[in-house]
Order: sequence, then structure tokens, then C-alpha cells
Amino acid sequence: MKTKLGLGIGFCLIVFFSSISAIAQNGEKYFTKDGHVSFYSETKIETIEADNHKATSVLDSENGKMEFAILIKAFEFEKALMQEHFNENYMDSDEFPKAIFKGAIANIDEVNFGEAGTYNVRVEGDLTIHGVTQAVSAEGTLEVDGDGGIKAVSEFPVKPADYDIKIPSVVVDNIAEEMSVKVNIDYKVFKR
Amino acid sequence: MKKLLLVFLSMLSFLFVQSQDLLDLLGEEEVTQEFVEASFKTTRVINVQSLENVAGGVLDFKISHRFGRLNGGAYELFGLDQATMRFGFDYGINDWLMVGVGRNSFEKTYDAFFKAKVLRQQKGKKNIPLSILWASGITAKTIKRSDNNEIDFKHRLAYVHQLIIGSKISKGTSFELVPTVVHRNLVATADENNLVYIIGAALRQKLTKRIAINAEYFYILPNQVADNIKNSLSIGFDIETGGHVFQLHFTNSTSMSDKGFLTETNGDWLDGDIHFGFNISRVFTVKR
Repeated sequence: MKTKLGLGIGFCLIVFFSSISAIAQNGEKYFTKDGHVSFYSETKIETIEADNHKATSVLDSENGKMEFAILIKAFEFEKALMQEHFNENYMDSDEFPKAIFKGAIANIDEVNFGEAGTYNVRVEGDLTIHGVTQAVSAEGTLEVDGDGGIKAVSEFPVKPADYDIKIPSVVVDNIAEEMSVKVNIDYKVFKR
Repeated sequence: MKKLLLVFLSMLSFLFVQSQDLLDLLGEEEVTQEFVEASFKTTRVINVQSLENVAGGVLDFKISHRFGRLNGGAYELFGLDQATMRFGFDYGINDWLMVGVGRNSFEKTYDAFFKAKVLRQQKGKKNIPLSILWASGITAKTIKRSDNNEIDFKHRLAYVHQLIIGSKISKGTSFELVPTVVHRNLVATADENNLVYIIGAALRQKLTKRIAINAEYFYILPNQVADNIKNSLSIGFDIETGGHVFQLHFTNSTSMSDKGFLTETNGDWLDGDIHFGFNISRVFTVKR
């Protein structure tokens, strides 16, 4: 009898806690599978630019958590040989196929996902490129259109040296020490 | 006690739900199909066509030299006093077809060829472990005959047809087999065949990201060519610096045109009839 009671209470507790967790997940989630991420390197000798239109990302409006996965081989260059060298000699794309970001909007309290408007945000988290993880932060904007869409825009610097990406001395004048990374995402509401 | 355990367990499941990756919500991602690239650093291993084409819209300007024989000794500065050269332009019409023209100072030979990717090594949804390419070319030897007799232009021509079958078996290692037929419209003696069957093989091993070692060998099937003709063997290094590839090598072949190194190599490695040589490749993106 006592055990049955225990089980009953236990069951209630499980239901209780799972409902809490359901409430916790109540905030909308937003996603994209075709986000635009690009980088730009400029030196006196050469300008290098590459675009990726296949970035996936999820944004949780409840807690501001944000994640990105970017397929390195999906970066497209103007010159075919540059693209080959990028994957083959610099990024080791077969070994490290993706760049990953896991972080959160630090000032999520200032964003009202229910009201159309442009909000300045600061995103902090861990960026993994070429198998190396670094803590990063970036300023950006969230543009809530009030119709279920959010446009996220940011630009921040990335140094190849921080991610163990070696630039040989013969091309050291062609490749910038610091690249500018641009993120341009159109999030849509995620429906289960 | 049990109650406590259950509470604890449900807490755990709650925590688990919270720590789940957001990206997992999107489910399994689609497997992409991708072509295997960069099996060789450039379109030629040393003399022979490699598994690579220039990309569509890209022009590759090549300058190659073969110096004299090492056994010329110090007097000839180990062959450096003599040089033959070929320059050529290769152009990628699209990602599977390239064409090229060239001129070799050896026997004043012009050449033209095309190379098409018939099957491309790829991985993803379906795995294709090897590439097959088809290359065909024509050469015209325009040097005046030593006997000063004029011959018909057609007798100056030769044709080369090759299948290039190979694979990038790991990040650093690639190989290819090259069944070849060469048709020479005119041969020196009746003992020689006009049509010559040859089987070639080539290997690339990367030493570092930008330096690789290459070797290629061509076996001429017996009783087809004059006795003094040897099988072509070349060994060399590729050094890549951004838009350039420098290829430095040693070979027993003087000619850089396909028909020439395949059927007219008369140097013997064991006698020191070895030529130092280089190819320099520079690519230009002509059309996007």
C-alpha cells in the first residue's frame, strides 16, 4: 500500500516537472536553414570574399539562446582555385567540416519579440572553427517584423591565427590578419 | 526513499530537456553530395594529364623547360646549357571539359587537346570511388627534315587518346592508370608500328600541405617501337604558392608533347640520361 502511494506521488511529480519544462519551452523558437554568412579579407594586394548561403541557426526567444552551424565547404569564392585552397590548405574541411557557434543574446530582456522594431543586441558565446573553440562576443541587431519573422544582422572580426589556421609566409601579404565576418539571417518561426 | 529517487529522476529529465542542443530541433540534416577535389595540384602530373581539369572559366598558362642530360657533366653544367621549352594555354570551358594548345621547341611541335571528366569521384548519398577522364590530342611536328625532302603535312601528325582512371585514396595520396594509344602517321622504319599501345601509371603523395612528390611511368607494350626507345619515367615535386604551382622534376624524356614523351624517349636512367626540368602553372580567372 505504502509503495503504491509512493509511486502515485512520484508519478504526479513527474507530470508536474514535465509540465514545468513544457512551460519553460513555451517561448517561440526561430530558425533558418539558408542563412547568409560571409567573410571579407582585404590587403593592399588582394581582396578575398566568400559567401555561404546555407548556414543553419536556431534562436530561442525565451532565453535568448542562439546556435549556428556553418558548412565550411559551402563557402563560395570568386576564384575556383581559392575555394580549393581554402578547403584543402587552410580549413582542412574534410577533418573539420563545420564551424559552430553556441551562445546567447546577453541583453535578451531588452528584446520584445511580440513587438515590431529593431533591437540592438550583444551576443556572447563559443565559436568553434577548424576544431578550435574561442569565446567571442559581437554586436548586432534583431529586426522583429511582428509577422513571425526576425532579421538578424551582425559583423564581427575573426583572426585566423586564433583558430590555428596557418598562413604561409609567401601569401602573408595577400591574406588579412583579421577577417570581417558578416551574418545576415532571416529567422522564421519554428513549428513542430 | 523511492519518492526522493523519483523526484530526482524527474529533475534529471527536466535538466536534460533544457540542455538539449537547439540545432537538434532541426532534425537530421540532409547528406550533401560532394565531388572529391584536388587529387593532383595541377592538370599535369609531370608530363601526363592528371585527374584534374582547370575549373570552368579559368585559363591556365603553363611554361615548361627540360634541360640537357645530367651526364653532360660540368662542361655542359649538367645539362643546363641546353634547354627545350613548351608553353601552353589550357582553358576550362566548364567544370567537366577543358581544352589546351601548346608549342614545344623540341622538333618545333604544336599540340592541341581536350580532356573531359566522364565520371567524377564523389561522396555523400552515393559513393563513387574513382574518376574516369578521357583525353585526346593531336601533335604536328614542324621541324624541317634533315634530308630537306618535303613531306605531306599529314605525315607530320600524330594522335594520342587516353583514358585516365584514378582515385584520391586519402587526403595526401592519389594515383591514376592511363591506358594510351598513340597513332603516328609516319614512322622511321617499317619495323615500327604506327599504332602504339602504352599503359601508364602515376602517383602523387603530399609531403606537406603545399609540397607533394610525384612519379609517373609509361610501359610501351613489346615489339612496337624502335629498339633505342625507352619507357618514360619521371619523378618530381610540386610546390604550390597561391596562384602558382611550380613543378620540379627529373625525367628521361626530352619532349613535353604527349606523342613525344610517350613514343620517342631515348634516354636511359641507368646511364644518367636524366633531364632536370620544371613546369610553372599560373591560373587566371577569365570568366565567372
